[in-house]
Amino acid sequence: MTTITADHHLDHAHDHHDADHKPAFFQRWFMSTNHKDIGTLYLIFAIIAGIIGGAISGLMRAELAHPGIQYLQTWANIQHSLLGVEPASLDQAYHLWNALITAHGLIMVFFMVMPAMIGGFGNWFVPIMIGAPDMAFPRMNNVSFWLLIPAFALLLGSAFVPGGTGYGAGTGWTVYAPLSTSGSAGPAVDMAILSLHIAGASSILGAINFITTILNMRAPGMTLHKMPLFVWSVLVTAFLLLLALPVLAAAITMLLTDRNFGTTFYDAAGGGDPELYQHLFWFFGHPEVYIMILPGFGIVSQIISTFSRKPVFGYLGMAYAMVAIGVVGFVVWAHHMFTTGMSVNVKMYFTAATMVIAVPTGIKIFSWIATIWGGSISFKTPMVWALGFIFLFTVGGVTGVVLANGGVDDVLHDTYYVVAHFHYVLSLGAVFGLFAGFYYWFPKMSGKMYNEFLGHLHFWVFFAGVNLLFFPMHFLGLSGMPRRYPDYPAAFEKWNSVATHGYEIMAAGMGIFFINLIWSLAAGKKAEGNPWGEGATTLEWTLTSPPPFHQFETLPVIDDTAHH
Amino acid sequence: MASLPPSPFDRDRRNRRTLVAMAAVGLSMLGLGFASVPLYRIFCEQTGFGGTTMRAAANVQVQQATGHTMSIRFDSNVQPGMPWQFYPEHRTDTVTIGRKDMAIFIAKNMSDKPVTGTASFNVTPTQAGAYFTKIQCFCFTQQTLKPGEEVRMPVLYYVDPKILQDPDNKDTQQITLSYTFYPVEQDGKPS
Repeated sequence: MTTITADHHLDHAHDHHDADHKPAFFQRWFMSTNHKDIGTLYLIFAIIAGIIGGAISGLMRAELAHPGIQYLQTWANIQHSLLGVEPASLDQAYHLWNALITAHGLIMVFFMVMPAMIGGFGNWFVPIMIGAPDMAFPRMNNVSFWLLIPAFALLLGSAFVPGGTGYGAGTGWTVYAPLSTSGSAGPAVDMAILSLHIAGASSILGAINFITTILNMRAPGMTLHKMPLFVWSVLVTAFLLLLALPVLAAAITMLLTDRNFGTTFYDAAGGGDPELYQHLFWFFGHPEVYIMILPGFGIVSQIISTFSRKPVFGYLGMAYAMVAIGVVGFVVWAHHMFTTGMSVNVKMYFTAATMVIAVPTGIKIFSWIATIWGGSISFKTPMVWALGFIFLFTVGGVTGVVLANGGVDDVLHDTYYVVAHFHYVLSLGAVFGLFAGFYYWFPKMSGKMYNEFLGHLHFWVFFAGVNLLFFPMHFLGLSGMPRRYPDYPAAFEKWNSVATHGYEIMAAGMGIFFINLIWSLAAGKKAEGNPWGEGATTLEWTLTSPPPFHQFETLPVIDDTAHH
Repeated sequence: MASLPPSPFDRDRRNRRTLVAMAAVGLSMLGLGFASVPLYRIFCEQTGFGGTTMRAAANVQVQQATGHTMSIRFDSNVQPGMPWQFYPEHRTDTVTIGRKDMAIFIAKNMSDKPVTGTASFNVTPTQAGAYFTKIQCFCFTQQTLKPGEEVRMPVLYYVDPKILQDPDNKDTQQITLSYTFYPVEQDGKPS
């Protein structure tokens, strides 16, 4: 059991004023250096970006409900009339499609999942969980958040400037050359690349901040091997960010110079090699997918342990499984490039190395199940989301093992099977992790209880919706339907229309979420310091809900016998 | 036993040290990203990765009497907008593996200005790159053609007999050698 000797004095009125004194509105929210306020800003930002990115996928599902072009031409005409130019040609309408898939991917990766997981929950709970008063560099933390605003503005603004055939950056989130260099004239792609630069700088600063905080700011007795698994997951994620994002920055800087200054890094007619861009991109891109999912692993570990009222099974194995996933994640990148032409030996290596990742991932899945086993389980909303995460992430992981085979990938590359796979691990895996964390920590962050019925309803509607949305994509991919097209042969209509209905159900689930959110903030029951009972052993539950503006001014001391 | 909390001064100093170390890690990864351009080229030249051909000295000795032949196909391209005609004298050739052979490419400047160009090259199937060895090639240097000038440019090459032992190449019956000419400005920068 954890022995805490901190913040008991907060209950005394004379100290309470100092610890909970909040600055005025503008200073508090626009010049914030408080990790909890910055975390809140990140979460609000991620919710807004998620609404935009989700609305874009709604547009795409509407168009894909039936073969032929239904709405795309109209949307392109609206875009063109907003800009005051002549109506769009069919090619320009197709370009709008490319711009939509690009925006959806970039927004969900860089402006929804990452800000919510790392910026939001990481900022809120890493300092508290290790017993620190704040992040190591509070002002740098502020810079990290506010860099995201111009980055997002640049990306959204790129939709309204020329990007080659039509308006907006239509390169896909991978920004492959030569489409992104000689294939996309106009400033849209430059703006998208600059947006990535700024978002990347924001994340690198954040990563350095997290590493410094976790390494140096832990309370006395909080050794690395006693840290909660969520903190471990953010530590590993921060190292991945620090090692991977600068490579992306270098790669897209060379895209910019190829576009604007006549260099030929990625142009064979000039001695360059477009394949080099793919290598650099995926050297970043593969760790990036673990950046998005690892904090989810951490969140799910906390929740499973809390609601099973048991410590996590195999704590050290769980922590080092994440380290192993992070390390091996750096040497598997070319499995995204199986069809670029590689020798059998290279394919065999990348196939085998990719499959190795299934081992630490399996350790995590089975350890979660072993944690639940024999536990005193309560099916509160966060717990059902976490259980949903385990199930759906496993489904996505299994199709990942299928795709890891170089020979199989020759057939399935760039089909909807791939789309189904990465949405199962991200849209169902990472997003279920996010919702689990949101419901788990909502009482702590807001001081109000959410509505348990609406939380469960949200889960079941969302669960049904996303499975109807993404599972049929496996069948479409196996039948050979390629990604990234607004149109398809009539034979693919049935599963496409099922998927679109799935989207509608999922969107209804999101409606329930927002109703719950607004209702709970306005009229939710007041939350206790620890609403989850004896299973919740991490430090955030020793504080009031919401925590005082400044916590742990006297550091808590973690007992030698303490449990993680 | 739990140790005493570090003094704030101490913690600030440690934080700053970690900050500097981590910033150095980030910057070196950034540097590595840019360094990957020459590193990737060297890697390809050494291993034949991606169909990169090998280079040998003029006096190289290879075992010739392998008794196996290989069909070679020649492919020629010019970057759009470059005013050159560029084509091989023969589209295909059949060579004895291990024997040196010469192919001739013809280039003509169709414009009324002198134009300097150089060629990028590789072979398919890509796993044959490690065994396709050039001794002499117009692509090693830049070529300047006067207005209307036509030149015959040789490539001296051989297919390394080790290709016969490589299981990855057991199905390789034809190797395509492809060139793409692109213009260069006189200071060596591509235009």
